Amino acid sequence: MIDVLYFAWVRERIGLPREQVETSAATVNDLIAELILREERYALAFSDLSSLRVALDQELSDFDAPLAGVREIAFFPPMTGG
Amino acid sequence: MQIRVQSEPFDMGAESNAFAQSATGAGAIVTFTGITRDSAAGDLAVMEIEHYPGMTERALTSIAEQAMQRWHLTDCLVIHRYGALAPTDPIMMVATASRHRANAFAAAEFLMDYLKSRAPFWKKEITASKTDWVAARAEDEAALKRW
Repeated sequence: MIDVLYFAWVRERIGLPREQVETSAATVNDLIAELILREERYALAFSDLSSLRVALDQELSDFDAPLAGVREIAFFPPMTGG
Repeated sequence: MQIRVQSEPFDMGAESNAFAQSATGAGAIVTFTGITRDSAAGDLAVMEIEHYPGMTERALTSIAEQAMQRWHLTDCLVIHRYGALAPTDPIMMVATASRHRANAFAAAEFLMDYLKSRAPFWKKEITASKTDWVAARAEDEAALKRW
Protein backbone atom coordinates (compact mmCIF):
# COMPACT_ATOMS: atom_id res chain seq x y z
CA MET A 1 0.00 0.00 0.00
CA ILE A 2 1.33 3.39 -0.99
CA ASP A 3 0.02 6.94 -0.36
CA VAL A 4 -0.39 8.78 -3.65
CA LEU A 5 -0.69 12.59 -3.51
CA TYR A 6 -1.72 15.00 -6.26
CA PHE A 7 -1.20 18.77 -6.39
CA ALA A 8 -2.36 21.74 -8.46
CA TRP A 9 -3.95 20.82 -11.82
CA VAL A 10 -3.05 17.15 -11.38
CA ARG A 11 -5.23 17.15 -8.25
CA GLU A 12 -8.01 18.92 -10.14
CA ARG A 13 -7.92 16.51 -13.08
CA ILE A 14 -7.93 13.41 -10.91
CA GLY A 15 -10.46 14.93 -8.55
CA LEU A 16 -8.87 14.14 -5.20
CA PRO A 17 -5.82 15.27 -3.21
CA ARG A 18 -4.62 11.85 -2.06
CA GLU A 19 -5.49 8.19 -2.03
CA GLN A 20 -4.08 4.88 -0.92
CA VAL A 21 -3.20 2.53 -3.74
CA GLU A 22 -2.62 -1.21 -3.49
CA THR A 23 0.13 -1.90 -5.99
CA SER A 24 3.08 -4.11 -6.74
CA ALA A 25 4.47 -1.67 -9.33
CA ALA A 26 8.26 -1.79 -9.46
CA THR A 27 8.81 1.77 -10.67
CA VAL A 28 7.02 5.11 -10.88
CA ASN A 29 6.35 4.46 -14.59
CA ASP A 30 4.77 1.09 -13.74
CA LEU A 31 2.47 2.72 -11.19
CA ILE A 32 1.42 5.37 -13.73
CA ALA A 33 0.63 2.62 -16.24
CA GLU A 34 -1.61 0.94 -13.63
CA LEU A 35 -3.39 4.20 -12.79
CA ILE A 36 -3.99 5.06 -16.46
CA LEU A 37 -5.79 1.73 -16.93
CA ARG A 38 -8.19 2.52 -14.08
CA GLU A 39 -10.14 5.48 -15.42
CA GLU A 40 -10.14 8.19 -18.06
CA ARG A 41 -9.32 10.97 -15.56
CA TYR A 42 -5.98 9.31 -14.75
CA ALA A 43 -5.19 8.93 -18.45
CA LEU A 44 -5.93 12.63 -18.84
CA ALA A 45 -3.74 13.66 -15.90
CA PHE A 46 -0.81 11.48 -17.01
CA SER A 47 -1.08 12.13 -20.75
CA ASP A 48 2.10 14.23 -20.93
CA LEU A 49 4.79 13.23 -18.45
CA SER A 50 7.08 16.05 -19.59
CA SER A 51 4.65 18.44 -17.84
CA LEU A 52 4.77 16.45 -14.60
CA ARG A 53 7.20 16.04 -11.72
CA VAL A 54 7.34 13.25 -9.15
CA ALA A 55 8.50 13.14 -5.53
CA LEU A 56 9.21 9.95 -3.57
CA ASP A 57 8.92 10.34 0.21
CA GLN A 58 9.07 14.12 -0.30
CA GLU A 59 12.24 14.16 -2.43
CA LEU A 60 12.16 15.01 -6.14
CA SER A 61 12.78 11.88 -8.16
CA ASP A 62 12.54 10.35 -11.64
CA PHE A 63 9.86 8.37 -13.45
CA ASP A 64 12.12 5.33 -13.75
CA ALA A 65 12.92 5.31 -10.02
CA PRO A 66 12.12 2.10 -8.08
CA LEU A 67 9.22 2.15 -5.58
CA ALA A 68 10.61 -0.46 -3.18
CA GLY A 69 10.32 0.90 0.37
CA VAL A 70 8.58 4.11 -0.73
CA ARG A 71 5.63 5.12 1.48
CA GLU A 72 4.53 8.34 -0.22
CA ILE A 73 4.56 9.36 -3.87
CA ALA A 74 3.41 12.75 -5.17
CA PHE A 75 2.62 13.95 -8.67
CA PHE A 76 2.52 17.64 -9.57
CA PRO A 77 3.31 20.17 -12.31
CA PRO A 78 6.64 22.05 -12.36
CA MET A 79 6.82 24.23 -9.27
CA THR A 80 6.14 27.96 -9.28
CA GLY A 81 7.36 29.29 -5.96
CA GLY A 82 8.93 32.61 -5.18
CA MET B 1 18.72 29.85 10.14
CA GLN B 2 14.96 30.16 10.10
CA ILE B 3 12.41 28.70 7.67
CA ARG B 4 8.75 29.68 7.93
CA VAL B 5 5.87 28.46 5.77
CA GLN B 6 2.71 30.29 6.75
CA SER B 7 -0.66 31.53 5.52
CA GLU B 8 -0.54 34.66 7.71
CA PRO B 9 0.78 37.95 6.30
CA PHE B 10 4.21 39.15 7.44
CA ASP B 11 5.65 42.62 7.91
CA MET B 12 8.83 42.87 5.82
CA GLY B 13 10.11 45.84 7.83
CA ALA B 14 9.65 44.11 11.16
CA GLU B 15 11.19 40.90 9.79
CA SER B 16 14.23 42.81 8.43
CA ASN B 17 14.76 44.57 11.74
CA ALA B 18 14.47 41.38 13.77
CA PHE B 19 16.88 39.62 11.40
CA ALA B 20 19.40 42.49 11.68
CA GLN B 21 19.16 42.44 15.49
CA SER B 22 20.19 38.79 15.61
CA ALA B 23 22.85 38.97 12.88
CA THR B 24 25.89 38.91 15.11
CA GLY B 25 29.23 38.79 13.30
CA ALA B 26 27.78 40.01 10.00
CA GLY B 27 28.84 43.09 8.06
CA ALA B 28 26.18 42.81 5.35
CA ILE B 29 22.50 41.93 5.17
CA VAL B 30 20.61 41.45 1.92
CA THR B 31 16.83 41.10 1.92
CA PHE B 32 14.48 40.31 -0.95
CA THR B 33 10.68 40.41 -0.79
CA GLY B 34 8.46 39.00 -3.53
CA ILE B 35 5.03 40.61 -3.79
CA THR B 36 1.89 39.45 -5.57
CA ARG B 37 2.01 40.81 -9.13
CA ASP B 38 -1.25 41.92 -10.74
CA SER B 39 -2.26 40.28 -14.03
CA ALA B 40 -1.27 42.01 -17.28
CA ALA B 41 -4.86 43.28 -17.58
CA GLY B 42 -4.78 44.58 -14.01
CA ASP B 43 -7.76 42.44 -12.94
CA LEU B 44 -6.22 39.89 -10.58
CA ALA B 45 -8.65 39.18 -7.74
CA VAL B 46 -6.76 36.44 -5.90
CA MET B 47 -3.46 34.60 -6.21
CA GLU B 48 -4.02 31.20 -4.63
CA ILE B 49 -0.82 29.44 -3.54
CA GLU B 50 -0.92 25.70 -2.95
CA HIS B 51 1.96 23.80 -1.36
CA TYR B 52 3.01 20.32 -0.26
CA PRO B 53 3.15 20.39 3.55
CA GLY B 54 6.18 18.50 4.78
CA MET B 55 8.08 18.51 1.50
CA THR B 56 7.96 22.31 1.40
CA GLU B 57 9.76 22.64 4.73
CA ARG B 58 12.26 19.95 3.77
CA ALA B 59 13.04 21.56 0.41
CA LEU B 60 13.42 25.05 1.87
CA THR B 61 15.63 23.78 4.69
CA SER B 62 17.86 21.92 2.24
CA ILE B 63 18.19 24.99 -0.03
CA ALA B 64 18.93 27.28 2.93
CA GLU B 65 21.52 24.86 4.35
CA GLN B 66 23.32 24.81 0.99
CA ALA B 67 23.35 28.62 0.92
CA MET B 68 24.65 28.80 4.51
CA GLN B 69 27.58 26.50 3.73
CA ARG B 70 28.49 27.68 0.27
CA TRP B 71 28.58 31.41 1.09
CA HIS B 72 29.59 31.13 4.76
CA LEU B 73 26.49 32.99 5.88
CA THR B 74 26.20 33.96 9.51
CA ASP B 75 22.41 33.66 9.23
CA CYS B 76 19.60 33.14 6.76
CA LEU B 77 15.81 33.57 6.81
CA VAL B 78 13.19 32.24 4.40
CA ILE B 79 9.48 33.06 4.74
CA HIS B 80 6.98 31.79 2.16
CA ARG B 81 3.22 32.18 2.32
CA TYR B 82 0.46 29.96 0.99
CA GLY B 83 -3.29 30.47 0.63
CA ALA B 84 -5.18 33.39 -0.90
CA LEU B 85 -3.19 36.57 -1.62
CA ALA B 86 -4.24 39.90 -3.16
CA PRO B 87 -2.17 42.09 -5.50
CA THR B 88 0.72 43.83 -3.66
CA ASP B 89 0.57 41.35 -0.74
CA PRO B 90 4.05 40.09 0.17
CA ILE B 91 4.36 36.41 -0.86
CA MET B 92 7.81 35.54 0.33
CA MET B 93 11.02 36.93 1.70
CA VAL B 94 14.64 35.87 2.01
CA ALA B 95 17.30 37.52 4.13
CA THR B 96 20.98 36.62 4.18
CA ALA B 97 23.73 37.85 6.49
CA SER B 98 27.45 37.51 5.88
CA ARG B 99 30.71 39.25 6.78
CA HIS B 100 30.92 40.94 3.35
CA ARG B 101 28.23 41.93 0.88
CA ALA B 102 29.18 39.80 -2.16
CA ASN B 103 28.32 36.55 -0.36
CA ALA B 104 25.04 37.91 0.99
CA PHE B 105 23.94 39.03 -2.50
CA ALA B 106 24.99 35.78 -4.20
CA ALA B 107 23.31 33.62 -1.55
CA ALA B 108 20.06 35.62 -1.81
CA GLU B 109 20.01 35.12 -5.61
CA PHE B 110 20.75 31.42 -5.22
CA LEU B 111 17.93 31.06 -2.67
CA MET B 112 15.50 32.84 -4.98
CA ASP B 113 16.46 30.81 -8.05
CA TYR B 114 16.13 27.53 -6.18
CA LEU B 115 12.94 28.22 -4.35
CA LYS B 116 11.22 29.31 -7.56
CA SER B 117 11.76 25.93 -9.21
CA ARG B 118 12.57 23.44 -6.43
CA ALA B 119 10.23 24.29 -3.56
CA PRO B 120 6.79 22.67 -4.00
CA PHE B 121 4.53 25.71 -4.40
CA TRP B 122 2.00 26.26 -7.20
CA LYS B 123 0.35 29.57 -8.05
CA LYS B 124 -3.14 29.98 -9.43
CA GLU B 125 -4.37 33.32 -10.77
CA ILE B 126 -8.05 34.05 -10.29
CA THR B 127 -9.63 37.01 -12.12
CA ALA B 128 -13.29 37.93 -12.61
CA SER B 129 -13.36 36.05 -15.92
CA LYS B 130 -10.97 33.11 -15.52
CA THR B 131 -8.81 30.87 -13.35
CA ASP B 132 -5.36 29.77 -14.53
CA TRP B 133 -2.48 27.84 -13.01
CA VAL B 134 0.69 29.86 -13.50
CA ALA B 135 3.01 27.93 -15.83
CA ALA B 136 6.65 27.43 -14.87
CA ARG B 137 8.98 29.49 -17.05
CA ALA B 138 11.88 27.97 -18.96
CA GLU B 139 14.05 30.93 -17.86
CA ASP B 140 13.49 30.00 -14.21
CA GLU B 141 14.63 26.42 -14.81
CA ALA B 142 17.61 27.66 -16.86
CA ALA B 143 18.60 30.05 -14.04
CA LEU B 144 19.58 27.04 -11.89
CA LYS B 145 22.41 26.17 -14.27
CA ARG B 146 24.50 29.15 -13.21
CA TRP B 147 24.90 27.67 -9.70
